[in-house]
Amino acid sequence: MAISAVSATTLREAPPPRRQRLLEDERWLAFVLLVPTIVLLGMFIAYPFIRGILLSVTSSRVGMPGDFVGLANFYKIFNDGIFRTSVYNTFVYTGVTTVFKLALGLWLAMLLNRNFRGKAFTRAFILLPFIIPTVLSTFAWKWMFDPTFSVLNWLLYHFGLITGRINWLGDPDLAMISIIVVNIWRGVPFFAISLLAGLQTISPELNEAAAIDGAKPWQRFWHITWPLLLPVTMVVVLFSVIQTFADFQIVYVMTGGGPANATHLFATYAYQIAIGTGLLSEGAAIALAMFPVLFLVVIIQLLYIRRVEVR
Amino acid sequence: MGQVVLKGINKFYESVHAVKDVNLQIRDKEFVVFVGPSGCGKTTTLRMIAGLEAISSGDISIDGNVINALAPMDRDIAMVFQNYALYPHMSVYDNMAFGLKMRKFERREIEKRVREAADILGIGELLKRKPRQLSGGQRQRVALGRAIVRHPRVFLFDEPLSNLDAKLRVQMRVELKKLHLRLGTTAIYVTHDQVEAMTLGDRVVVMKDGVVQQVGEPLELYNQPANKFVAGFIGSPAMNFATVTVTEADGSLIAENSGLRIKLPDEIAQRLRGHVGREVILGVRPEDLTVASSADLDHPCFDAVIEVVEQLGSEILLDMKVGESNMVASVEPTARVRVADKLRVAMRRSRLHVFDAQTEAAI
Repeated sequence: MAISAVSATTLREAPPPRRQRLLEDERWLAFVLLVPTIVLLGMFIAYPFIRGILLSVTSSRVGMPGDFVGLANFYKIFNDGIFRTSVYNTFVYTGVTTVFKLALGLWLAMLLNRNFRGKAFTRAFILLPFIIPTVLSTFAWKWMFDPTFSVLNWLLYHFGLITGRINWLGDPDLAMISIIVVNIWRGVPFFAISLLAGLQTISPELNEAAAIDGAKPWQRFWHITWPLLLPVTMVVVLFSVIQTFADFQIVYVMTGGGPANATHLFATYAYQIAIGTGLLSEGAAIALAMFPVLFLVVIIQLLYIRRVEVR
Repeated sequence: MGQVVLKGINKFYESVHAVKDVNLQIRDKEFVVFVGPSGCGKTTTLRMIAGLEAISSGDISIDGNVINALAPMDRDIAMVFQNYALYPHMSVYDNMAFGLKMRKFERREIEKRVREAADILGIGELLKRKPRQLSGGQRQRVALGRAIVRHPRVFLFDEPLSNLDAKLRVQMRVELKKLHLRLGTTAIYVTHDQVEAMTLGDRVVVMKDGVVQQVGEPLELYNQPANKFVAGFIGSPAMNFATVTVTEADGSLIAENSGLRIKLPDEIAQRLRGHVGREVILGVRPEDLTVASSADLDHPCFDAVIEVVEQLGSEILLDMKVGESNMVASVEPTARVRVADKLRVAMRRSRLHVFDAQTEAAI
């Protein structure tokens, strides 16, 4: 007994290996655990971002490293008419689609929040536009807007609403409307499902209490549902604004920025300049011009969300 | 005024018949409690009165006017929900004022009524707080306040105390009773807790499987239960039941089963003349069983073995084996009893209940 007790004590007092001792220290352990995240974020977010900034202040093209030129690229794009159109387009595109996506998404969410037969199926079905790869669904839309094969023209013609063909993607304004429609179609499911999730966290008893308190349906929406849904709404709008502002696929597939550069957004114009014409540094400058705007949007909305959650 | 009449009320959910032909007259200023196990249709009935559920058939009227087709807001009722249903984004004041604002009351009148209700409920200090800054009991008071400010004809309560801890529940129960005495508004209260039903109700409606089993004053239900279900539901610990066969011997009636053989007292025997040779259910409350002494010779007695002794301080509960069945007796705290003791137990003869074995109705 005595012997085993002694040996146990000596075992306990034997110092653990050095490596193990370092990990006992919480600061070291935390660092070690954070390393994978730091490496991933650094490699795929911080490095490309910094590289973009460095690129935008040079005169590099495809195959030419170029020299430092200061803000010359930014100066150039701000005097570029197409760039200005792209900025204007991006704001219109983001603004109009967000309003429609929110309105339609909320309406759909309220409908889906009711009890009806086939509820689960319908809810899953609603997500389809969101699930289908954007490029594929946009190609389908491109056919629907095609001046010759357009099913829209066919319908309008057969209902007697038009006599000639409408060249949807050939007219600057109609082309803009067309891509806005496609973006709304694609974005509504995300709003509907997210807002539906938000609606389901609101106890139905609150609406019943309000009904007994004398609130009419729209008053119940305005005084109960809307304020309680606001934090979720803000997050959904935030995500959607960021995505729409930097949208690329729909415009690239539908119009390629045309006709006559009338429907370019930041992303498609940056692509056209950087990859299409090889002016890498100028393209980087265009892409970076989005950053201050998006940064501001994120800051404002995050502050607002925090205020809503605190109260 | 607040007289509520339910006439032939039915509720169907697709194939489920949730509430079956409920008829009830609730007088003005009365406090009526609906009690029953979950799924018995009590909450559904309340929600039909509130207008939150459609009435499948029948009429509900308040003060003589049928309100079937009226929206909840037009019924002049106020409801307190189980989970309080306070508006989380509004202050206590706004929660209480909401109903009045929706009804376009003047600001001064709203303020007066909210202050008044807050004083009655003792929540004057909390008016600026948000619901999540309140304890369960305080939230409950705010929910009550929201109902009071409206001065409705009828209060509806849907298990309002079930989310409170045991001690607070007892306290709020007393306050609810006081509040009702003070305001005098007709109240309809739903609970699954028979103690709440007995203590709060002027009259109690016992429901099971959508059917009203009995309507009566609390002591009426306790002393003269209409059937075995009411007898077992009202009172704690629950009434003991034993299925016995009635036989005749020497001109008197005997009830017996494997562990029990008692001579039925005359007053019960008279009612059981037609049941000789058949089975009936004998019911006796734990508090009507005593450890037999020489004074109990004229009461029916039986032998039992004690299995568990539960000391409650004010009484002792004895879980006993009687033949093959179990019975609970509530005896004086001075009784000296131990597990495995064999006892002679007396039933108070005037307190015996008998139920039909098939219909379970009281005989």
